Parts: sequence; C-alpha cells; structure tokens
Amino acid sequence: MVRVKEGEKMSYSKEVMKRFKNPKFGEKMKNPDAIGEVGNATCGDVMKIFLKIEKNKKGDEIIKDISFQTFGCVAAISSSDALCELAKGKTIKQALKITRNNIVKKLQGLPNLKFHCSVLGEKALKTAIENYKKKKK
Amino acid sequence: MKVYLDNGATTQVAKEVAEVIDNMLTKNFGNPSSLHQFGEEANEEIVKARETIAKKINANPSEIFFTSGGTESDNLAIKGIAYAYMDKGKHIITTEIEHPAISKTCEHLEKCGFNVTYLSVDKEGFISLEKLENAITDDTILVSIIHANNEIGTIQDMKAISQLCKKKDVLFHTDAVQSFTKVPIDVKAMNIDLLSISGHKIHGPKGIGALFIRKGVKVIPLLHGGDQEGKIRSGTENTPGIVGFAKAVEIISEKDVKQMKELRDRLIDGIQKSVVDAKLNGPKGDKRLANNVNISFKYIEGESMLYHLDGKGVAVSTGSACSSQSLSPSPVLISIGLKPEDAHGSIRFTLSRYTTKEEIDYTIDSVKEIVENLRKISPLKK
Repeated sequence: MVRVKEGEKMSYSKEVMKRFKNPKFGEKMKNPDAIGEVGNATCGDVMKIFLKIEKNKKGDEIIKDISFQTFGCVAAISSSDALCELAKGKTIKQALKITRNNIVKKLQGLPNLKFHCSVLGEKALKTAIENYKKKKK
Repeated sequence: MKVYLDNGATTQVAKEVAEVIDNMLTKNFGNPSSLHQFGEEANEEIVKARETIAKKINANPSEIFFTSGGTESDNLAIKGIAYAYMDKGKHIITTEIEHPAISKTCEHLEKCGFNVTYLSVDKEGFISLEKLENAITDDTILVSIIHANNEIGTIQDMKAISQLCKKKDVLFHTDAVQSFTKVPIDVKAMNIDLLSISGHKIHGPKGIGALFIRKGVKVIPLLHGGDQEGKIRSGTENTPGIVGFAKAVEIISEKDVKQMKELRDRLIDGIQKSVVDAKLNGPKGDKRLANNVNISFKYIEGESMLYHLDGKGVAVSTGSACSSQSLSPSPVLISIGLKPEDAHGSIRFTLSRYTTKEEIDYTIDSVKEIVENLRKISPLKK
C-alpha cells in the first residue's frame, strides 16, 4: 500500500497509471440492464457504472458485461476500471462482495488522500446492482 | 516533445544566471560582512545587484532588502508592519485571491488579535475600489493586494489602489512575485510602500527574494541575529542567490514580454477554436499577465487532464481539488464565481521567455485530443 504522509506529495502506483492511461472499460454502454451513479460534480467525482446481466447455465445471474463513465481524477478513473475488471463475469452475489480493499489491492495501492475513490467504486457497483434488482421486481 | 508550461510554479535558471552563480559559489565566495578582500569583493557584487533590482522598480538601493523568497518577503511585510504599527491600529485589508503566503499570514495574525478584511473580486478577479474605500477604517494600518494573480493572471490597478491608500493614510503592500519584470513597476509613480519579489519565477535561482520597503516605513524583523540587510533581515547574505537574481532581472527584455503575450494569445485562441466549452478564467488583453493562461474545460477533471498532458510531455498545473492536499478547489477560482465542477476542470498554462510557437501548437493539439478522450468517458457530457 502506498502511504503518503500529510503534506507529502502523493504518487500513484504503476498499475494506477496504466489503467488511467488506457482504461479497458471506459465507455458508455448501449442498452444496459442497469446503471449505478454515485458522487457529485461539486466534489469532483461522478462515477457511473453500466451493467449487462445474463443467466448462466446454472441459472445464476452473472455480470456479462460492465463499463464505466467517470468524471474525476486519476484515482477515480483507475478505480472505476479496476472495479469493472473485478466484477466482470461474476455472479451478482459474488459482485456484491467486492470491497474498496479489493479495488485498492488491484491497483497496487492508492495514496491515502485518494482512498475515497475506491469507496466510490464499491458504492457505484452496489447501486447499479440494487437498481437492477428494483427494475426486475 | 517536452514542453514546460508551469513557469508560474518555477522557471529554469538562465544560463547567464547559472554562470554568475557558479562564480559566486566557487571563486567570489567571501562573506560580505568580512573586512578582508574576500569579503569586500563579495560585498561589491551585492551592492551592484541591489542597484540593478532597485533600478528595475525605480526604488533606491537602500530600500531593497534581500530575503529567502516570495514567502518570506510577504511574511516580513505583513507581520513586520502589523507588529510595528499595532499601537496605531489592528486592522488589515487584503483580498480573497492572495497567494497563501499572504492569506495564511493574515489568518495567523487574526489569531493574534488583528482584524482582517478579505475583499471579494469580480468575475475577472478585479477588486472594487469602492469596496476598498468602504473597508478602510481609523483602525486600518495596512492594505495588501496582489499585483498580478498567480492563478488567473489578473493585474490590479496599482496606481488607483495606492492613491486611495495614500488619501486614507494607510500603508500599501503588494505581492508582485508573478508580475515582476512582466509588468512595468515604478514604486514612486505607483506610490507603493512595500513590494515582494522572487528570483525563481524569473529564471533566477530558488531561495532568493526581496522586499522593497519605502524609506521611513517601519518594519519589525522576523529574523534577529547579525543585523545584515540594514537590521531588517539577519543572516549571512545568500550571495550566489542575490547575484543570480540581479542577473535574471538584467537579461529579461521588453521583447521577451511581448513574445510571451503573443504566444499566450495564440494558446488561448488555439484552444478555444479547437475545443468547445473551454472557458478562459481571468481577463483578456493587457490586464492579463503576459505568461498566464487559465482555462476551465467543462465535463472533465483537471488532475486527469494534467497527467495525460504530462504523458505527452506537457507540464501544467490545475486548480482542481483532487490535486490539493485539502481536496477543496482553488479559492481563487471560487472567488471569481466558478462552480466547483468548473474549478475542478481548470488548467493553468504559464509560459516563459523560452516558450516557442512550436511548443504552443503542440500543446493545443495535445489538449484537443486529451479533452476529447476524457469527455468520452465523462458521465457529465451528455
């Protein structure tokens, strides 16, 4: 974990920069089954997650496809991308277990000041799944 | 291509400057206070440097006091005046768009029993003379207003402000760290009592600055010791810094300023022509600092933009919260009425005398490409 002392300049891990520069999941999805949007522009972060859900052979609902649109800093964009990779192919039940710590680990650490970006990722996915469940009812 | 457009943060030391610094470090290394030849030779250089800097702002050499930089000059001016004149009054007036070296010093003085008024500014960053006049009371001892703002480049009307201060019999200080050598300064004609300047913003070295203090104005020193700098600033003189600072002042010309203005406008026009929803922060034309461009790109966040530009070799800065320790957006941009999301999307490009047309055109192309890509993944762009 990259720890940054108060007043010290923060620096990003190689993994963060790689995902930020070339996000694999950064695009708007056409006809998604659900959308989860969290954060607000005033604070400088808005994260939107798009989901495509399908049933597998066992009948479990899985995240067939996932993408994001994010207004935010390097950490917010790379957290979104890491989240998408973690969630893709998972059952909804598994996806709901993805935490901020999984995202931070996937990114090989985030500066302390930017930890909230990973929280945003966790929330965005949970919101999208909740919206999917509501829609189904 | 490597393009350095963060000259508001610091500048590369000019070759000519590096040469004189080297000489002061290795050959003319004496302590100017020493009585022998080594001391005398170093002292001669300081005398010349002081004259050069005094001449640039039409001051007397005896009114120039070398410090460790802009921050110290600002602290010395504000605290030095506050403590020297506290029997006369305990009210200071400044603005909402000062450099932290002023605003945080004022906040400190508030804790010490002083009252501070922070003047608001209009959409382009200008203070209102009427508001200033209304803010001055019998208790006011000092007005401190930044000459050219470091973020948005707004140049205040020094003459009008100082005339008002003179009429009301209060002292006037200005932080001229960004404007020095880019905007003509005449402390006599402009009636300025104290003025802060710095070396590393003008291709001089870091760790050197100066405070102009008009003759007759009292200042309580921050540092006590060997009584150097007319007892105002103790500590052995930073001779390489002082001589390098003066050299930097010597080499900058009107032609440099003119070129920066042309390239500044080329950058503004180029970006606004190729990118939609790109708003210039601060004024246009002659009331804008020669080397400052500050643009808010809607729907995207500044830190992301900065790192993408960095990836292309273009160095800039941003007023976004995400790049600051406090995670709050630039107070200056909020003061001129920007919505927080637009402040988050602001990028500052600051040019120097070494900036070229090719670099500006490359920057415009890079900005266009990056903004398009970031907007593609922005949920705000509909």
